[in-house]
Amino acid sequence: MSALQYSEDDREIVFIRRRPYGQWVVAALLIAVLASMAWSLWTNPRLERGVIAQYLFSEQILKGVLLTLELTAITFVIGVLLGLVLAVMSRSANPVLRGVSWGYTWVFRAVPPLVQLILWAFLAALYPRLELGIPFTDITLLSADTNQVMKPFVAAIIGFSLIEAAYQAEVFRAGLLSVPTAQSEAAQAIGYSRWQAFTRIILPQAMPALVPPSSNNLITLLKGTSLVSVIGATELLTSVQHIYSQTYQIIPLLFVASIWYLVMTSLLMIGQRRLERYYARGRLAVGGEQH
Amino acid sequence: MNATVLNTSAQAPSEAANDRFVELRGVTKSFGQLQILGGVDLTVRKGEVVAIIGPSGSGKSTLLRCINQLVRVDGGRIWVDGELMGYRQQGNRLYPLKAHEVLKQRTEVGMVFQSFNLFPHMTVLENVSDPPNVIKGVPKAAARATAERLLSEVGLLEKASAYPASLSGGQQQRVAIARALAMDPKVMLFDEPTSALDPELVGDVLDTMRKLAQSGMTMLVVSHEIRFVKEAADRVVFMADGGIVEQGRPDIVLANPSHERTKRFLGRLL
Repeated sequence: MSALQYSEDDREIVFIRRRPYGQWVVAALLIAVLASMAWSLWTNPRLERGVIAQYLFSEQILKGVLLTLELTAITFVIGVLLGLVLAVMSRSANPVLRGVSWGYTWVFRAVPPLVQLILWAFLAALYPRLELGIPFTDITLLSADTNQVMKPFVAAIIGFSLIEAAYQAEVFRAGLLSVPTAQSEAAQAIGYSRWQAFTRIILPQAMPALVPPSSNNLITLLKGTSLVSVIGATELLTSVQHIYSQTYQIIPLLFVASIWYLVMTSLLMIGQRRLERYYARGRLAVGGEQH
Repeated sequence: MNATVLNTSAQAPSEAANDRFVELRGVTKSFGQLQILGGVDLTVRKGEVVAIIGPSGSGKSTLLRCINQLVRVDGGRIWVDGELMGYRQQGNRLYPLKAHEVLKQRTEVGMVFQSFNLFPHMTVLENVSDPPNVIKGVPKAAARATAERLLSEVGLLEKASAYPASLSGGQQQRVAIARALAMDPKVMLFDEPTSALDPELVGDVLDTMRKLAQSGMTMLVVSHEIRFVKEAADRVVFMADGGIVEQGRPDIVLANPSHERTKRFLGRLL
């Protein structure tokens, strides 16, 4: 028995690829199952496809979509800014600033969004009048009836922003931790101010770690805005509920809402991929050879 | 210790500015209970290249960091070109400078780190052109032109649009030198600039530093590259346990150290 056999002619060599038959079988089964589910749904008369088509672009629904987008956008911007401040505070040398940041995150992550939403909507029961004055004096600068201010839309923005800030603070904290301290030291040594170093050196490097969880928060927020149906702001889900409470076409209208949520979420995911690709620059070995 | 240092004249270093271009007097620094620097005095002439050697933990890096105010000294004072670092002295009181004044002083002291610390999200050119543009307000085009000149001086102009991750360690360190030079510093500090490099990449970095030394730059270099110390340094300073043990011309100190501590250290190094 010879240990080695040398082929006389290298041209005889043919590589045979291993074929993943198992994967092909599973894939075929999955396609069959999904197709049959889709078919059964599509042909189910109780889905009432006509009703879906009728309401998908109706004015009331589109207004709801718009309000959902407004609520999400305003809340996210406030949440991101406030979260950034909280994250910077959590890195402070001052124990009071660190403690306040920690306490904020603790409280606003602990209390369920639904509870906070209702609390803000019923703030008048706690403080019937809102007044802005100078503490420990009788001087009042602004004064208003709480119920006039705390419209459902305002209550929703306040409630969601405060929660969003707590979650974003944690995202920023983790992202900033991912940047080596040597980077801020190098920036400092060159002469960048703290603000310049943060915005030009530290934050851009934290972005790759920030974008995926931030997008996750944003998508959760977008869908979470449906909670405002309990306090009567007419965003997408509330609009849908208003319609089906009169027509009883519950299933098709819930599909209308789902389709819109799916569309909005998909757009956000596309945005996320683009941001990720942008901030991945410099992480690839050679600038010209991006995969 | 502080009081005695503070009572000496505040203006002394400016008398012969070029002979006392960098001046350290009684610099002390502790981290908690651990004393890193125990009253260091050091004077560097303008254009002089001073190599600092010594065992790890002897305070060499901390000394450089004190000069650039990355580390706040506990006691003593540091001048660069007659300017007291970090403080304004009135009588025997030292008042801390405002943040923007400290930043201005930092721009006058260039620093090169062991681990390069280039900004990975910026191209090589941006690494060199961004600091003067953002910090000093040099117009973008002028900052780019300067950056290109500096990159060609360190032999890396063709890498201008590459990102640091695609460069070798030696190339990154030369970019880091160009980045520090772009701020037009009065002094350059090198903290073990070749320690993190593969042996075959050390030469290019040392050549760059040698050229810089010949151009008349005042340099403080923490390095264990004995050949560089011998050939490029005007003076070698041996530090141990937070103090300067001995100093002098490299050919004399390296060949014929007078202290037992220096002999032992060099014996292990060579």
